Amino acid sequence: MTPPCVSLQHVSKHYERGGQRLPVLSDIHFDIQPGDYLALMGPSGSGKSTLLNLIAGIDQPSSGAIVVGGTDIATLGERALADWRAANIGFIFQFYNLMPVLNALENVELPLLLTGLNRRQRRERALFALELVGLSDRLQHYPSELSGGQQQRVAIARAIVSDPTLLVADEPTGDLDRKSGEEILTLLERLNRDAGKTIIMVTHDQKAADAARSVRHLEKGELSALEVRA
Amino acid sequence: MLTLFFRFALRNTLRHRLRSLLTLAGLIVAILAFGLLQTIISAWYAGVNAASPNRLISRNAISLTFPLPLAYAERIRAQEGIERLSWANWFGGVYIDESNFFPSFAVDAPSYFALYPEFVLPAEQQAAFIRDRRGAVVGAKLAKRFGWEVGDVVPLRGTIYPGNWDFVVRGIYHGRDASTDENQFFFQWDYLNERLRNTLPGMSNQVGIYLLQLAPGQNAAGVSVRVDAEFRNSLAETLTETEKAFQMSFVAMTGAIVSAIEIVSYVVILIIMAVMANTMAMAARERSREYATLKALGFPPHGIGMLVLAESLLLALAGGAIAVALTPPLASAISHQLEQFFPVFAVQTVTMQHQALAALGIGCVAAILPALRAMRIRITDGLRAIA
Ligand SMILES: Nc1ncnc2c1ncn2[C@@H]1O[C@H](COP(=O)(O)OP(=O)(O)OP(=O)(O)O)[C@@H](O)[C@H]1O
Ligand SMILES: [Mg+2]
Repeated sequence: MTPPCVSLQHVSKHYERGGQRLPVLSDIHFDIQPGDYLALMGPSGSGKSTLLNLIAGIDQPSSGAIVVGGTDIATLGERALADWRAANIGFIFQFYNLMPVLNALENVELPLLLTGLNRRQRRERALFALELVGLSDRLQHYPSELSGGQQQRVAIARAIVSDPTLLVADEPTGDLDRKSGEEILTLLERLNRDAGKTIIMVTHDQKAADAARSVRHLEKGELSALEVRA
Repeated sequence: MLTLFFRFALRNTLRHRLRSLLTLAGLIVAILAFGLLQTIISAWYAGVNAASPNRLISRNAISLTFPLPLAYAERIRAQEGIERLSWANWFGGVYIDESNFFPSFAVDAPSYFALYPEFVLPAEQQAAFIRDRRGAVVGAKLAKRFGWEVGDVVPLRGTIYPGNWDFVVRGIYHGRDASTDENQFFFQWDYLNERLRNTLPGMSNQVGIYLLQLAPGQNAAGVSVRVDAEFRNSLAETLTETEKAFQMSFVAMTGAIVSAIEIVSYVVILIIMAVMANTMAMAARERSREYATLKALGFPPHGIGMLVLAESLLLALAGGAIAVALTPPLASAISHQLEQFFPVFAVQTVTMQHQALAALGIGCVAAILPALRAMRIRITDGLRAIA
């Protein structure tokens, strides 16, 4: 059996608010296999984003271990964690979070500044990533000159350009109309199926969940059993 | 070629055109004002800076307004370590109207210019000056100001020495250095003394100050002590000091004004620093979400700090460069208005260096707090921020 891509071991997370302890996640324990495409569903405030942020290494659990690609990221310091994210995680946000002053090509090239690649190699990889998402004709466009769906495709290109182990997407279709949303879902499916990317996606949208290979529900900080799609 | 990182910072700087332009205008005005105020201060000290280290000045120990006897000349000359001696009296003449102020001196014609090599005077004009009892030598700027040429008659009204005095311009000197005062009027001490002998005998044979040139290798302090010792317990005791110290005593009288100008020049920089820091804080706050995104992508905190710093420096240095470029032309435009007060009004290299340094300081200081804030931002908080 191949080792899991992501392994959460008894992960809990709570926030302190005015001396009060606000539990968000309690004793979450599950694995994600390499090549999986998992949809996380659940009501608003159930802790989906919190869980995703823990797996992506931009938030720290209160207790438990999170092992991604063999590393327990809960033990990493800030600097090491930043390097780890750069190498292992591709982020796709609900509101794209592109840099407004950079054009599509520059936005995609941005994460490659953290690699040892030279200018030409960076440009080639960014061009390739943009071609994958079908935006070769929008290289010089700034985010404000792109539709929401196009912006999200640029964001996906940025997420895959450094070839990370894991893609994390928090409601990637949440801000899009039906048609653009479907395009994004098709793209994620292709990345999972053809490029073998492991994807974890938080979504409210049943359509989006249907596109995934497996689904888990989060309710009141606890996780449901895995549902695997045909 | 601009790197991606630098382009990123540059475009952030240009993001809010109006805000950046207003801040830039503020920077230019402030750094320009700083440069001009510093230039006024250096103009104030021009006499001190132009002073030669091997010239001494002897004056009456009681006060500058008391003269010394002409008879001291031989006794000073006899002292060891003195190569040349000359003397001068402040004349305080008025040309047509009080507002046409310029300094005028009666000087010992045969010796004076030998002590002042920085006043460049053609040999034949020097000779003509000495030959003509009513001859005068004027600075090039002064001659230009009143349109005087060699041969012109210049009438001055005496304030200390009463009466109307007519002089004939026999020479026009040019400054050897940029710091040389070209605004002075010299005439023959002998002419002054001759008229006084006839009209006010009590005021004749009196010298305002003696000018001593040290022999090479002589020590200024030692010679000063010897000269003053020579006249100790005589009717008019002397006070001998270097030309620099002598000039400094004039500036010292106005020291409070100079200090005030100096303080204002720094306050101007502090104010623009605060304005600039506010601009940067506003910009950084608006970009919380972007900085959080960069951090999520794996950019280390110092990378984010550099981005804020680069943005701040670009703006500050652009403002500084424009201000430094504008300072000399503006100073020369102003110098015509201020010629009577500041014979030497030129922007010094060190002033421009300080302007550049101020711009650098403003850029760095303004970036500190916003950069720290951007570096410390928690990713999850920043991502939630409304852009
Ligand atoms: N920084 C914080 N401080 C305190 N409480 C927080 C913080 N971040 C999140 N929470 C709380 O944790 C709970 C889970 O939040 P989370 O954002 O993970 O929910 P979610 O499932 O993603 O909801 P949605 O579907 O609306 O995005 C919420 O009750 C929220 O109020
Ligand atoms: Mg959420």
